[in-house]
Amino acid sequence: MDILWAVVWFAVLGIVLGVLLAIASKIFAVKVDPRIEEISDCLPGANCGGCGFSGCGALAQAIVEGKASPNACNAAEDDSIEKISGIMGISNEGRVRMRAQVMCSGTYQHAVKKYLYEGEQDCIAAARLGGGDKLCPYGCIGLGSCVSACKFDAISIIDGVAAVDYHKCTGCGACTVSCPKGTIKLIPYDSKHWVGCEAADKGAAVRKYCDVGCFGCKLCEKACEFDAIKVVNNIAAIDYTKCTGCDKCVDACPRNIIWSSEAQGNGLIITRTKE
Amino acid sequence: MFGDILVLMLSAVLIENFIFSRFLGCCPFLGVSEKPDTALGMGCAVIFVMTLASAACNLVYNFILVPFNLEYLYTIAFILVIAALVQFIEMFLRKAVPSLYNALGIYLPLITTNCAVLGAVILNMQKYSDMARGQSFIFSVLFGFFAAVGFTLAIVIFAGVRARVEYADPPKCFKGMPIALVTAGLIAMAFSGFSGATIG
Repeated sequence: MDILWAVVWFAVLGIVLGVLLAIASKIFAVKVDPRIEEISDCLPGANCGGCGFSGCGALAQAIVEGKASPNACNAAEDDSIEKISGIMGISNEGRVRMRAQVMCSGTYQHAVKKYLYEGEQDCIAAARLGGGDKLCPYGCIGLGSCVSACKFDAISIIDGVAAVDYHKCTGCGACTVSCPKGTIKLIPYDSKHWVGCEAADKGAAVRKYCDVGCFGCKLCEKACEFDAIKVVNNIAAIDYTKCTGCDKCVDACPRNIIWSSEAQGNGLIITRTKE
Repeated sequence: MFGDILVLMLSAVLIENFIFSRFLGCCPFLGVSEKPDTALGMGCAVIFVMTLASAACNLVYNFILVPFNLEYLYTIAFILVIAALVQFIEMFLRKAVPSLYNALGIYLPLITTNCAVLGAVILNMQKYSDMARGQSFIFSVLFGFFAAVGFTLAIVIFAGVRARVEYADPPKCFKGMPIALVTAGLIAMAFSGFSGATIG
């Protein structure tokens, strides 16, 4: 008899809870916009966070709600952006393809170290110990926080400075956030020249840090006919919208740190030395 | 009555802390304690569910199991009720408080099968089933709430310690989970200091 009651009561309990859940799922049904799903499918799905949202799903929702533009994802292919614009029924505004650029030339041979670091192989950990082992407070620490932040496997460390593989870089910007020095910047993909240094200290100080630091001599500024390169705060910076890629500043730089890139096929060929 | 509640609070939160002295809920304790903010999210979800589960299971026990002499089936009954309750809460939050739903995220369904919730409910049954129905209900809910507060306290403290340990440089064989377990043991030892406190 006890067993019978047990069976009956548990059947009742199960059915009641089941019915309650079924009713609740009707009452509390949330309509999800089907476009969110469609847009999610067009996004790369790496959840890199470069767009400023917590992941691709969050961006898809923001696009549908009109809080983000269909071209907000830097990592997506151009035809994916086209497709997303189609789903949203707005015309594709296009966007400038960006790439990550490490603004430091201070490899092992050039940058002076102030101590020997033997801790966790992580830039953020090293940056807490007096700002890293390089004397230069602006340069790449070279322990690869950006390497692990990159969802596309595009960064590697070469001679103590991070280098970006431009075939793989999607310009998502995740590495720029991960770098404790802020040495990685997003620049337009087809920028011909950039200054491979961020040292905003007086020339005399920079000379002590590094063989290849910018000491703000302004020779590049004088050489430029297009007003595109300016020395501000002791550091040269290029205005990528004005730069025509004439190579004059490259020839003028005594430190040889104005880098150049040449489009070749799908990728870029990066050169630093004057030829 | 007030004194009883104070004793219940102190013993549930500190002296008989769910993680450090009862060893319940160790899986989320180790699993989602890598960052303090996610740990806090998990803790809030546990507070929410454990309080409601204590209330619901107390009612099921007193009004279904006891009258029909089915006390021996409490495990199945409680699991059933907790699972259904979590599902219901999830649906309700999704509709009514989407911001809270998003904040709790994955942790809410994870709690469905959390031993800490079942443990709290069973402890309630063992401790308070002799009391009058009204009183046992109040004490069960309070115990559920404070036990979950103790869980949250433990997981947030542990996440804070772990965030620091992350940048330490232990021997290779200790990296990751081993050093986390050693850390958990040390915190548990610190918490065992509370067991010397006698109240009431």
